[in-house]
Parts: sequence; structure tokens; C-alpha cells
Amino acid sequence: MANVLVCVKRVPDTAGEVLLSADGLSVDARHVGYTVSPHEECAVELATQVAEATGGRATVLSVGSEDAVEQLRNALAVGCADGVLVEADADLLGPADVAAAVAGVVREREAGGLSYDLVLLGNDAADTGDFQVPVRLAYALGRPVLTGISTCEVQDDRLLARGDGPDGTEVFELPLPAVVAVMEGGVSPRYPSIPGRMKAKRAPVETVALTAARQGSGRVRLKLPPSQPSSVEILGEGPEAAPAVVDLLTRIGVVGR
Amino acid sequence: MILVLVETDAQGATLVSREALTFARETAARLGDQPVHAAVVAPLEESMATLVMKQLGEQGVAVVHTADDERLTTYAAAAHAAAVVDAVRAEQARMLVAAGTPRGNEVLAHVATRLEVAMAANVVAVDSVEPLVVTRQVLGGSALEEMRLDDAVAVLSVAGHACDPEPAEVPTAPERLGYTPSVTDQDLVARVARTEVTVVDDTAALTGARVVVGAGRGAGGPDGFKDLLELTELLGGALGVSRVVTSLGWRPHHEQVGQTGSRIAPDLYVPCGISGAIQHWAGCQSAKTILAINTDRDAPMVTKAHYAVIGDLHEIVPAINEELRRRK
Repeated sequence: MANVLVCVKRVPDTAGEVLLSADGLSVDARHVGYTVSPHEECAVELATQVAEATGGRATVLSVGSEDAVEQLRNALAVGCADGVLVEADADLLGPADVAAAVAGVVREREAGGLSYDLVLLGNDAADTGDFQVPVRLAYALGRPVLTGISTCEVQDDRLLARGDGPDGTEVFELPLPAVVAVMEGGVSPRYPSIPGRMKAKRAPVETVALTAARQGSGRVRLKLPPSQPSSVEILGEGPEAAPAVVDLLTRIGVVGR
Repeated sequence: MILVLVETDAQGATLVSREALTFARETAARLGDQPVHAAVVAPLEESMATLVMKQLGEQGVAVVHTADDERLTTYAAAAHAAAVVDAVRAEQARMLVAAGTPRGNEVLAHVATRLEVAMAANVVAVDSVEPLVVTRQVLGGSALEEMRLDDAVAVLSVAGHACDPEPAEVPTAPERLGYTPSVTDQDLVARVARTEVTVVDDTAALTGARVVVGAGRGAGGPDGFKDLLELTELLGGALGVSRVVTSLGWRPHHEQVGQTGSRIAPDLYVPCGISGAIQHWAGCQSAKTILAINTDRDAPMVTKAHYAVIGDLHEIVPAINEELRRRK
């Protein structure tokens, strides 16, 4: 039996244009809505798979505002058994703060008799892109950590994990407990079923206050890259444009040299 | 002193590591002619070491710290970080720089945690040196963050292709300082057990390609790539696809270009049937020239491109292929 804690972050859904708040300290997401990163959707799927395969429990956790309960319920609808919200203004926290908050929950639950053999997170947050919370969490807990992992499974008290490396698929085998940062691409997140959604509404979500000291993110302000006016040159329409395309390829040295 | 963690491949110091060295050298000049040192953690064959020393000399590196420990041949982030921390402490580096690659960011995260300092990932510019404020990519590159680094050691990774790897005005003959790193057994627990190369994975070929042909939803299905693959071959390039293509299972994930895939910086990028969502733009914005093929002339990929052809890729791409063959 392996219990899994999977962490998700409520982030602005910035598929379209990004707007900043008036003070430049956060993203104005009122018109775009919120989501979690694809990496985290895959982490939730892996957490559910490991819990199902071993008869353990999958718990979903988020550090953020009370609105992040929406993201917790989405994970509860696809197989997580319970949720934890560490209530905080995530914009004010740096990766060390988030790691300390998660470590606090892991230790508290362990003291209460529930130990997590595996903690899964997304490889990097879709908004801040710090690439640090999994590593800092692992050190806080004194556990080994892997990043960039596509698939993982638990065999007895060992973890077997795979991820893309520079020379092919890298395979890792390590003892549990461990911390793993998941990359999109190894599993397909399942869609919530109607019974799953119903169950998610009733599933317990514990809210805890952030107690760790705040180191902050060092953010001075956000800014948008200068928007370039479109200067596109239309070479033509349809297959008749092919000679103009090859002329261009020749001119910039891609062919004919 | 600024210390740069250098990654190597079959060609010696990687392109992005040489970019990081240029970035470090320019920053060192602003800090008052600080020397730049390099750390090479993975053991190198002697002929490779000679090549790397020459490349680092072209980048004006004063000293190269090489960790002598065969256990580092197999990658383990914690062990590599232990070796980097040794070099930082021995030389009292005030800044540690690496390329913003998966491994660069991973090792730096370990180092920053061990040194109990902050880390800035994917930096594109140094705004001021006193206090130290850097600009870095957030939201997959669609926004930027100014971040202040106040710790005794500033740890930062440089976003891929944020600058060109310019040789130093005065090349150096770097001094090579071998040392025995303080790697513990615990640091080796999360090491690569084995690498499987049975599945052809062209991620490296994609990120280093001079020409990338892109394919999006407009490909139409798993069978819609024949002409695109032919164009890729005619141009001697690599195929890169949008997230929707990998999500639908039309092509493998390692071909994805974007925030959750590879970041590319080719001389030419030819996105075909790709609308150009921010997620995708994050991965292809460093291309020197972009030629978009799309049915919608208002698609972001078209308006952001340098050149475009309007129409159905399934008609246009075969015509380009034929024209290329005709002129060969």
C-alpha cells in the first residue's frame, strides 16, 4: 500500500492574451479563468494510478487562496480521496515558502498516523516557472527527488520511474519515501465521470493556515514583453505561392547552399 | 567571481552553456571586471577535455574546476550539485550561472537549496547589479518578472537563446583545477539506473535543428503528416508539433514545441496549421525567421510571423515539396 500526496497550483489560464494587475505584481485573470498546468494533470493521474494499484490513498493539496478549492475538487473528481488547502496568497510566496508549507502538512499528517510514501508535483509551475518546489520539499523532508518524470509505479517499497533524458528514456529505481516532479507526456489524464463529480462534492477538504515563515519570491514587478506590430509579409495564397516560398528559402540560405 | 556550470555533449560544451558563459562574462564586466570560472562536473575523456578547455578559453574563462569522481559519470542531480557547491564555496563565488535546461535548472535548484539561497530560473537580462535585479521569463515566456536577488550567492539559470554565444575579445588559456568533490552515498540514491534508447527520441535533434517544420491541428489527423515529413527531409530539418497534436496522440510527446515541450531556436521555423497559442509561442519565439502556413490570416502565428502563405497546408506543402525537388 502506498499513500500519495499530489500538489496542484491554481494558475491563470493564459492560452490567450496576458493582462497584468494595476500594481504589476500579479496577472489579472478575471477574464481568462483558472486552471492547473498539464504537468499537474498528469501528476494527479499518476497519483490515482499508484493509489489504485497499491490500495493506498491519494490526497490532493494546494497552497493558495480559498478559490483553489475548485482545483482540488477537480482532482477529487478523478480519483483523489481527500484534499488539503493551505490557505495563503500564493503571489507573495517564493518556492522555499511553498515547499515549507507542503512539508508542514506531510509532517502533521505523519504525526497523525497517515504517512505519504510518495509526493508528486508538477515539474514547474505554469505561472512562476521556478523549477524549485519539488527539490526544496525533498530536502525539507530528507527524501530523494526526481524531476522530469513521465511515468512511475510502486513495487513493494521501491519506486520505478521513467523520464526523457538527453540520450533517451532514463530509468530510475529508488527506495520510498520519495518526491517526484512530473512532466506531461507519459499518461493521459482521465475525464471525471458523473459519479466522480458527485463524490468530489462530498469529499473532505481540510483547510489549514500557513504557519511557515515567509521568505518571499523576490518579485519586484511583472511586465509584458514589448508587443511587436505585425510585419508579416504574405507571400501568396494556396499552392501557387510555392515558387515564392522556395525563392525565400534560397534567399535566407536554407536551400541552395 | 562568477562560476558557470558547463554541460557537455558530443560536440563539447553545449550551445546553451556557451550562451550562459557569454551572459556571465557580460555580467562580470558590469560587476567590475570579475573573473569567470567554469565548473565541469561530469568526467570527460582526455580528448574531450582538451576540446572543452579550448571552447572555454574562447569564452574568456580564467579557471576550469573539474570534479574528479567516476561516480559522477552517471547523472544524479544531488551528486552533481554537491560537486558544484564545493566549487562555489572554495572560490567564494558571488554568482552561479547555468543554462536553463532541464538539468541546469535541476542541479541549480539542488545547489540553491543546499546554500539556502534564492534562485532565479530562466533569466534573460540583468537589470541592475547593485542591488542585483534580473528579468526572467514567467508564464512560459509570455510575461517577464523583475526579481531581486539579495543573497550572498546569486543563483540563476539563463533562458535558452536569450543571447548569442559570442567569443571573448581576448581568448584565454584557462587553468584546469581538478578537485575531489564531497559526494555522499545519499547523493547517489536518485541516479539514472539505465538509459533506454530503443525508442527513437529526437528531442536533441529538434532543439538543435537549423530548420524546424511545425505541424498543428491543421494536419487533420495521425495520417496527415506525410507531406510535412517530406518537407522536413527536403530541408534537412526536424519536425516539431503543437501541444494539441501530442495530446490527441497524433505524434509522440518528444516532438512537442512549447511551454510543456521543447524550446527551439532554428534559423527557419515553418509552422503549418498552427494557430499560435501562447503555450506554443513560448517554445518557438527564438526562431530567426518564421514562415507560417495557415488558412486564417488573422491567426496569431500568422500575424507574429515574418512571412506567411494563406491556405490549406495539404495543398501548399506538396506544391513546395515539388518546387524544391524541381530546383535541386
